[in-house]
Formats: sequence, C-alpha cells, structure tokens
Amino acid sequence: MWEYSEKVKDYFFNPKNSGVLEQANGVGDVGAIACGDALRLMIKVDPVTDIITAARFQTFGCGSAIASSSALTELIIGKTIAEALVINNQDIADFLGGLPPEKMHCSVMGYEALRAAVANYKGEAWVDDHEDGALICKCFGVDEGMIERAVRNNLLTMADQVTNFTKAGGSCGTCAEKLDAVLARVNAALVEEGKLAPEEAFDPMRAPGVRMPKSKVSPLAKPAKPVPAKLTNVQRIRLIEESLEELRPVFRRDGGDCELVDVEDDRVFVRFSGACLGCQLESVTLQGVQERLMEKLGQPLRVIPVQAHTH
Amino acid sequence: MKSVYCDNNATTRVDKAVVEAMLPFFTEHFGNASSMHAFGAEVGSALKLARQSLQRLIGAEHDHELVFTSGGTEADNTAILSALETQVGRNEIVTTKVEHPAILSLCKHLEETRGVKVHYIGVDSRGRLDVDAFKRALSPRTAIATVMWANNETGTLFPVERLAVLAHEAGALFHTDAVQVVGKIPVDVKNTEIDLLSLSGHKLHGPKGVGALYVRRGVRLRPLVRGGHQERGRRAGTENAPAIVGLGKAADLALLHLNEEQTRVRAMRDRLEHAILRSVDRSLLMGDPDARLPNTSNIAFEFIEGEAILLLLNRAGIAASSGSACTSGSLEPSHVLRAMNVPYTAAHGAIRFSLSRDNEESDVDRVLEAVPGVIANLRSLSPFWQDQKTAAVEFNPTYA
Repeated sequence: MWEYSEKVKDYFFNPKNSGVLEQANGVGDVGAIACGDALRLMIKVDPVTDIITAARFQTFGCGSAIASSSALTELIIGKTIAEALVINNQDIADFLGGLPPEKMHCSVMGYEALRAAVANYKGEAWVDDHEDGALICKCFGVDEGMIERAVRNNLLTMADQVTNFTKAGGSCGTCAEKLDAVLARVNAALVEEGKLAPEEAFDPMRAPGVRMPKSKVSPLAKPAKPVPAKLTNVQRIRLIEESLEELRPVFRRDGGDCELVDVEDDRVFVRFSGACLGCQLESVTLQGVQERLMEKLGQPLRVIPVQAHTH
Repeated sequence: MKSVYCDNNATTRVDKAVVEAMLPFFTEHFGNASSMHAFGAEVGSALKLARQSLQRLIGAEHDHELVFTSGGTEADNTAILSALETQVGRNEIVTTKVEHPAILSLCKHLEETRGVKVHYIGVDSRGRLDVDAFKRALSPRTAIATVMWANNETGTLFPVERLAVLAHEAGALFHTDAVQVVGKIPVDVKNTEIDLLSLSGHKLHGPKGVGALYVRRGVRLRPLVRGGHQERGRRAGTENAPAIVGLGKAADLALLHLNEEQTRVRAMRDRLEHAILRSVDRSLLMGDPDARLPNTSNIAFEFIEGEAILLLLNRAGIAASSGSACTSGSLEPSHVLRAMNVPYTAAHGAIRFSLSRDNEESDVDRVLEAVPGVIANLRSLSPFWQDQKTAAVEFNPTYA
C-alpha cells in the first residue's frame, strides 16, 4: 500500500475541477491508455487579461495521478498564463504534501499537460519531439525534451530518479544507455550553470550497478526472410499491403487501424485511425511498421503518416 | 462497519484452531526435535503428525515425500535448482509466461548467470496454456518442466497431470507450483506423474513462513539450504516447529472444508461475478471460465485504472487486489494479463476478487453494492470513457 498524504487522499476521493470544461479554449492531452495514465487538461483563458479563469481535468490513472491533476487545476486557476508556466511538477507535489518517489511521474504528467494546454491556447503545435531518435523510451513514449525538463526542474542525478519522474526506462530497459547519456549531458550543463555541485552530478562510470536490458524484442518486429531487391512497384505495394494486413490484429487489439495511402519511391504513406490517432506511442508504432516493411521488402524505406482526408 | 476481505489468493486469515494448535509449541513444547530427550521427542512426534496431515491433503504415498520449507518460494527455488544439479547433461527449463515471480525471477537469473536456456510457453486470451508449444519445447536437454497448477491472478487451472506425462516422455522432471490449489481443489499426487510440488501454509489458513515441497519417492533432491541433517538432509535448519504444527492443523481443516470450497465458496464467487458482469458495462472476465479455481474472479473494467479502483473499494471497506502497474511499483500491467494479450483499454483496470471459506453471502452483497458506484465514479473522471462513447472503438470482447 502506498503511503499517500492526507491531501493526496483528499484530492483523490473528492477531486476538485473534474469533468469537461465546455468553454475551454486550451486543451492539453498527455499520456496514453497503453501507458497506464493519461491526462486531459482543459483551460479557459481570458484573451484580454491572459488569466486562466477556469480549468478542469479528465484523468485515466491511479490515485496520485487523479490527485495531481486536480491539484494542478487548483494551482493555475486565477493565474495568468505567464504565472502558471512557472509552476513545475515539484509545486504540484508540494501542494499535495509530497508524493511517493515512484509516483513523481504523476506530477510530471500534470506539468507536461499544462504546457500542452497553453501551447494549444496559443495556437502553437504541441508536438512531442519524437523525430529522429529524440524519443528515448519507446515503451512509454518519453522524449528527450521531457526527460531534460524533469531533470532540470527536479535536479535529478540518478537514472532511477528519472524513471520515477518520467517512467522512462521503467519497462524493457533497452533505453538505459540513452537515458544515462541525456542525464549526463543535462547534469553537466547544470554544473556549468552553477545549479549543481560537480560531485553530485551523474557520472555513468560510477553509476551503482549496471542496468541490464530486460528484453530486446520489439513486439512488432518479427523476423522475416528478406526479399531480394529489384521489385516492381506492383510487387512492392502488394508486399506492403500484406505486411500491414499481418500487423492489423496488433492495431485492432488496441482499438486502432492503419491503411496504406500511397507509395512514392522509398516513401510509404499510411493513415492511422481509431485509437492509434494521437497516441503517444504512434511514433513507436510507426517505427515498428517501418522495420517490418523493410524486412519484408529487403530495402530501406521511410513510413510517413498522413492526416485523415488530406492526402 | 466490518471490513470485507476478498484477497484470499494473497493470504488468508489463520484459522483460530491453527493458532491454538501452535501456541503450546512456543512455551511448553519448545524442544529441538533433534535432541535426545523428552523435550525433543515430543516435538519430533508432532512434526511427524503434521507431515501425515499434509500427506493426506495432497494424497502423497509416503509422509517422508514431504519436505518442510519456509514457504512456497523456497520450495519452488529448491525444486528447480535441484533438478539442474541432478539431471546431468540437461541444461534447459520449460515453464510458462504466467508463472509466479518465485519461478520467473529465478529463471531469469539462471539465464543471465548460468547460461541456462529457459522456454517460456505462452497462453491464449483466456489464459490457457499452449500445450503444443509446451510439447515442442521439451527435449533431451530439458532438466525440468515447471508449470503452476493454477494461476494466482486469474485462477485458470493448467492440465498439470497431462503436462507431467509429457515431461516424462522427454526424460525431464516435472514440478508444479500448487500454492493456489492446495486446499481449494482436490489434489492426489500419487495418481499423477508429478515429481515435485510446492505448497504454502498461509494460502490455506495456516501461518506465514512455512510451506512444503513434495518430492516423489525416488526423485533425487539436492538441498538448497545446507547444514544439519533435518528433513533427512534435504532442508537444513532447526525445524520451525510451531509453524509446521500450524501447517499440519491447517491441512486437516482444509481437507475437512474441501467440499465447501467447491460448493458454497464457488456459489458465492459465481454470484459476485455474474452480478458485476451484468451490472457494469464493459467489464470483462479474465481467465478461463471453464477451468478455474472455485474462489477466484478476475474482472477487468475498461478505461479506468486498477489502483484507483482499489483505493475507492478500500474506502468502502472492501479489500481486493489488482495486477495493475501502479499498485506494484512496476510501471506495466501484470505479466499475466500481458501474456494473455488483454487489450490495453482493459489491462490496467483488472481487479481480482478471491474468496475463501471465511467469506459470507453478506460480503458478496457489500461488494455488489459498492462496485458499480466506484466504477461509474472513476469513469466519470476518465477521458477515455467519454471518448469511447463517441469514437468507434474497434474492440469486441470475445467473452464476458
């Protein structure tokens, strides 16, 4: 049983500001059902004063996730956007009288949702920076930016702390090295900026214990015999269709789907629908699809998602 | 208001008669069974009686086939490590993806440190073992096959009698972790080919910290704990006499109540389960409805998370459990539900209710009063519950 503070229990049992905010002009969605927690933060901002006049949340998650979401709304109502953006995850945890270390990621989720909602209000695209290797933890869809923010805001110096705060590295463990690299880089920067004592900074060489990857098998990547190159376009499209058909049960299981839109040279355009849409794991899924297609066709290619009804 | 305990697969209340049987062994009969005087002798004979009680409960041919241990985990560890030593030239283990950590953690450790090859056999969406894959994994390299008799999370029963025969055809030993079945369903090892079987005291209204490993006569056993000659040299250390006496008493009582588990407890479980599945929209039964422990019901509630459910149930005075990530400190849903390929929409919201002879019909009433409100409450907070009403979610549960 977790040792939750009285305030966490209170905000879980009697959450304030839960439900849909009909007049919201900023909405931030973070997390995913596949990852075990997700938060939708809805804010109403007065365009003249920039003051957040109302905020509500909907949360899928554990007791501390719900309490953290509710606490976040209490913290930001009545504040201007600029004032609200100063709030970080530690403020949420403090407001609740502290959270168990393993649950700090709940407060980080609140912090990330606030940034997403503000971006949405301002009309900026809130894109999790998942392009080209920036995604560190594939299991939970955690990118480098989120890890960096958590490390900076909370002066984290150990890999286990990063997992507690962001969930990154908490499943298969294959990202341990990348995670360590980000931690080392950000810690070095913090030392440079005078925010962290050099002897406290993370040093991968004297990290306690070696973290072993638990499994290296991606659920989508199954070995298949490579097909010799030199395929006609029709053959390629047929092979791609076949591969997608094989993967379909995986999408369906999670309530989504994926269809082939077009093929141009080495670029394969696909459209996700259902639960795959907007899932934080979309980029993981993409990578899995790409790996599978490359195996099947025996040649490099790039899978590109297209928005519904635009292509 | 009295609390309702529905977590008997985690542990059970120690029967009062068990406590009474144990107490004299702390202050009156405190002797060491190995001693050559009356104090030792009276403890020695009490241990023998306890061994015979267990022998009756699991249908062993000889009482000396039972080795007392500190519990189910030690029994599991002993069985596997012993097999790797005694089965010369064999360096593989066949097990399942849904075993208890007492087996899985050890297997992972053996893979990493000793280069042992472990085959993890999968299950289908109802938690039923892929017996063909099990058969295929067996080979002249298999030292031991180990498959739990019943899964602790879903209650699904595995065909261990048949699996033992298959293991023997490959010349391998067969072990079963039976901690969840002993005392719940009839067990008669002498009419099976099972070589080794683990059981635990606290799952059958006995004390914690005691269990036993059944070792069929003729099966060689290398001790895990070395030292004195206790347990015929198979488990060193002065016997935990009060706990062993308690386990013996618990075994006697379990045999007495075995029929009740199959009738009264099963009827309560069925009523609880049917009513929840009927009254709560998008709730799914986890496990094999056709082959299950009589006391266990695992129900997944879509679009909400298990820890939150448990906290609200706890506030209503109801104790249950979940394989949810958030309760265990792990970040992923239970390995059992993942092996069953339970959809993500449901895997995080699975709750296990496990009853025992201590439960009464009024307990079931209390659960049924509380559950629908708790689920509705959390779903009103969940963004996915609202979305699923508008969006087309392609997920059609095949059983419910």
